[in-house]
Amino acid sequence: MDSGRLYLAVGVGGFRRYATYRAATAAGIFTNTVFGLILVYTYTALWDQRPQLGGYDLAQAVTYVWVGQSLFKTLANGGGGVEGELMERIRTGDIAVDLYRPADLQLWWLAADLGRSVFELLARGVPPFVLGALMFDLALPTDATTWLAFLVAVVLAMLVSFGIRYLMALSAFWLLDGTGVAQMVMFVGWFCSGMILPLNVFPGLLGEVVRALPWSALLQAPADVLLGQADALGTYAFQLLWAVLLLAAGRLVQGMATRRVVVQGG
Amino acid sequence: MLDGLRTYRMISVMWIRSTMAYRASFAMTTLGNFTATAFDFVAILLMFSRVDALGGYTLPEIAFLYGLSSVAFGLADLCLGSMERLGRRVRDGTLDTLLVRPAPVLAQMAADQFGLRRLGRVTQGTMVLVYALATVDIDWTALKLLLMPVMILSGAGIFAAVFVAGAAFQFVAQDASEVQNAFTYGGTTLLQYPPTVFATELVRGVTFVLPLSFVNWLPATYVLGRPIPLGLPQWVAFLSPLVAAGCCALAGLAWRAGLRSYRSTGS
Amino acid sequence: MVDGADAGFIELDRVEKVFEVRKKSGFMKRERREVRAVDSISFRVARGEMVGYIGPNGAGKSTTIKMLTGILAPSGGRLSVAGIDPSRERRHLAHRIGVVFGQRTTLWWDLPLIDSYKLMHRMYRIPDARYRQNLDRLVELLDLADLLDVPVRQLSLGQRMRGDIAAALLHDPDVLYLDEPTIGLDVISKARVREFLREVNTERGTTVLLTTHDLQDIEQLCSRVMVIDHGRLMYDGPLAGLHEAGDSERTLVVDLERELPPIEVEGARVVKVEGPRQWLAFPAGTSAAPLVARIAAEYPMVDLSVREPDIEAVIAKMYAEKAAT
Repeated sequence: MDSGRLYLAVGVGGFRRYATYRAATAAGIFTNTVFGLILVYTYTALWDQRPQLGGYDLAQAVTYVWVGQSLFKTLANGGGGVEGELMERIRTGDIAVDLYRPADLQLWWLAADLGRSVFELLARGVPPFVLGALMFDLALPTDATTWLAFLVAVVLAMLVSFGIRYLMALSAFWLLDGTGVAQMVMFVGWFCSGMILPLNVFPGLLGEVVRALPWSALLQAPADVLLGQADALGTYAFQLLWAVLLLAAGRLVQGMATRRVVVQGG
Repeated sequence: MLDGLRTYRMISVMWIRSTMAYRASFAMTTLGNFTATAFDFVAILLMFSRVDALGGYTLPEIAFLYGLSSVAFGLADLCLGSMERLGRRVRDGTLDTLLVRPAPVLAQMAADQFGLRRLGRVTQGTMVLVYALATVDIDWTALKLLLMPVMILSGAGIFAAVFVAGAAFQFVAQDASEVQNAFTYGGTTLLQYPPTVFATELVRGVTFVLPLSFVNWLPATYVLGRPIPLGLPQWVAFLSPLVAAGCCALAGLAWRAGLRSYRSTGS
Repeated sequence: MVDGADAGFIELDRVEKVFEVRKKSGFMKRERREVRAVDSISFRVARGEMVGYIGPNGAGKSTTIKMLTGILAPSGGRLSVAGIDPSRERRHLAHRIGVVFGQRTTLWWDLPLIDSYKLMHRMYRIPDARYRQNLDRLVELLDLADLLDVPVRQLSLGQRMRGDIAAALLHDPDVLYLDEPTIGLDVISKARVREFLREVNTERGTTVLLTTHDLQDIEQLCSRVMVIDHGRLMYDGPLAGLHEAGDSERTLVVDLERELPPIEVEGARVVKVEGPRQWLAFPAGTSAAPLVARIAAEYPMVDLSVREPDIEAVIAKMYAEKAAT
C-alpha cells in the first residue's frame, strides 16, 4: 500500500534525524542517570518509612524510577518530541505547505514521532536502564512474556503521548504565543505521569483522579505491567481508550484548524 | 569587572522594559514558571501525606532546605540562566556579533533575553522558606540569623559558577549542553532533600568535588541544630561565602579559557 | 599623499591563520589535517581608502575580517588597525570600528530597532549630542523613520541591512567593515546602499573594507581591489588592472544576417559559432566600440551584446597561471 510506505519513510526519517545528535544523546543519558540516582535515594528513604507504599516493595519502587528515566525522552515527558517542530511550522505559516500535501497531517506527524520515539527508546532508554540495573537491585521479570507485554504497553503509551502533544501543538493555531500554554501542559503532564512520584502513591481522591487521567497511561501503566502490578489486558484497554479519544479529538481539532487556515489564507 | 556590571545592567534593563510592555504575557509566563517549579514541593507534600519524616527530617525542616535551595538557584537562574544558550550561539555564528562590541562577552551573554519570569521560581521558593521559618523549631542566635542571607547569597553564587562553567564547556562541546542540566537542575533537586537520604559517597562528591553542599546542606544543618553531614566540624557551616568566591573564580578562569579557545580555533 | 601612521591605518604583516580539521577516516580513527585559511597575507590600507576584498568561497575573506575585528586571533604574523592589535585589545578597538555582517545582524533580534540604537548609545559611550545628531542623520539618509519601533525580526532583509549599517556608523567609527552587505538585496536597495557608502567614505573619511561576491559593488565603489584565493593575496591594485592581470576577456556576441564562416577581425577571436550567432573574445581592458565598428564595416550585423567576465573566472584564470609558472 503506497501510503503505508510513505508513512514508513517518514518514520525512518524521524529516526535518522534524531540519531545524528550523538553528543546530545550522550549528555541526555548522563542527565537521566543523575536524576535517576537522586530519585532512588529519595524513594529508599520514603519506603524505609512505609515499606509497602503504593503496593510496591523497595525493589519495585527503584525499578519504577529507572523505567521512568528510560521512557522520559521516548515519551517526550518533558517535551522534545515533534510537537515543537509542528508548533513552529504553525507559527511561521509553513504549515500551509503541509496541508496541501497528499498525506494526512496527523498520520504524517504520528509517523515522524514514532520514528523519533523508537530511536529514543534504543538510544536514551536502554543505557540508563542498564546502568540502573547494574547499580541497584531491580525487580525485573524473568519471563519473556512479561517483557513483551511491557513493550506493547510502551508502544500504546507512545500513541497516547503523541495524542496529547498533538492536541497541544494544534493550540498554536489559536493562541498567539503557544509556548506559554505548552509549557504549562508540559509540566502538568510531567507531574501527572508519575515522573516524580508514582501515581499509586498519590493519596485519596487526588490519587484516583490522577490515575484516571491520560498521563497515567504513559509511565504508570507500562511500569505496572513490567512489575506485575497490573493486568496487562486491562492496562491495554485503558491505554487504548485514551489513545483513541485523544487521536480522535486531534482529528477534530485538525479539521477546525484546516478550515480556519483555508478561510483566512494562512 | 565594572565594565561588565555596567554592560549587564544596561542590557538587562532594556529586556525588562521590553518584557513589562506586555503585562499580561509577563504575568502568564511568570505564573507558569511559578507553578512549574512549585511542582517539586507539591511532590514533597504528597510524600508527607503518607509519611511523617524523610531521612529523619520533618516536613518543616525539609521545607527549610527546599526553600533555601530554590531561592538560591532561582536567583542564579534569574541573573545568569541565559548563559546556557552559549552553545546555540556558537553553532549559528551569532557569538561573533558579541565579540565586535566594546563590552565583555560574559556580561552580554548573561543579560541577553533577561528572563524576568524566572522570578516565579524565586517567589515559590521564598514562600516555602517563609512557611519553614514559621513552623520549624530553631534555636535562634545572632550568628544563625546572620547566616540566613549569607547562605542564600553564597548559594546563588555557587549555582552562578556552575552556570558559567557550564557555558564555558559549551565552547568545546556545543551539543552537550544538557550535561549542565544534570548539575544545575539535578543539583537543586538534590539539595531539596536532606543529606541523610543519600549515600555517603554522593554526599562526599557534592561536598569536595562539586561543592553544592555549601549551598544549603552544611550551613542549614548547623542552623537546624542537626549533625553536620560527614561528621565535619561545625565551622564549615560558615565557609559558604569562601567556597562561593572560589567557585566563581574557577568558573571565571574556565570562561576565559573557553573564550580564548573559541578565538583561536573559530568554533 | 598619505604617509606615516595613516598610510598603514590597517596593516597586515605576513598574517597566517591555520585551522586543524578533524575528519573521520574509518570507524574510530580521526585524521588531522591542517587548513591554511590565511597563508601569509600582507597589505596596507591608508586612512580614508575604500578597498574591495574579493575572492571565491572559502578563500579566506571572512577569516581575515574576523582577525581584523578581533574575533579570531592569528596563528602568525602581525595585524594593526589604527595602531591597535585587534586580538589583544578587542574592546578598545571595538570603539573605533563598525561591522556589518551581511548574513547576521548586529542588532537585538527581538527588540524594536530604536532599542538597539539606545543600547549602542550607552555601550559605545557616545556623547548625547553626537548620538542625537548621528541618529537623526542616519535615520534620514537610510530612511529608517518608520521602522524605528518595529522589532528587528519583523524587518525585511533590505530594511534590516539599512538598520545594521546605521548601527555600525552610530559611533563614528574610523573603519567600517562590510561582509557581503548587498547579498540578497534587490537592485534598488543595492543602489541605495552603494550610494550611501560612497557618501560615508568621501564625506566622513571613513576607511572602508568591503568583501563581496558582487563585482558591481566593487566597480561602483572601490578604486582598489585585493583578490584572495586559497588564503593567499593574488592581486592588489586598481580594478582595471585586475582584468589585465587576469588576462581576462570580454565576450562580444554578434548576431549576423545569416550563417557565415567565423569572423576575422583585428583585436578579437571567435570562440563559438551557432548558426548566425558568433561569440568573439577580446581583452577586458579595451573598449568594445572600435571592435564593433570594424565588424559592422565588413559583416552584416543584425544585433550584438557584450558579456563581462565574472570574477570567479578571472581569479580562476589568475590562479591557474600562477600555478603554471
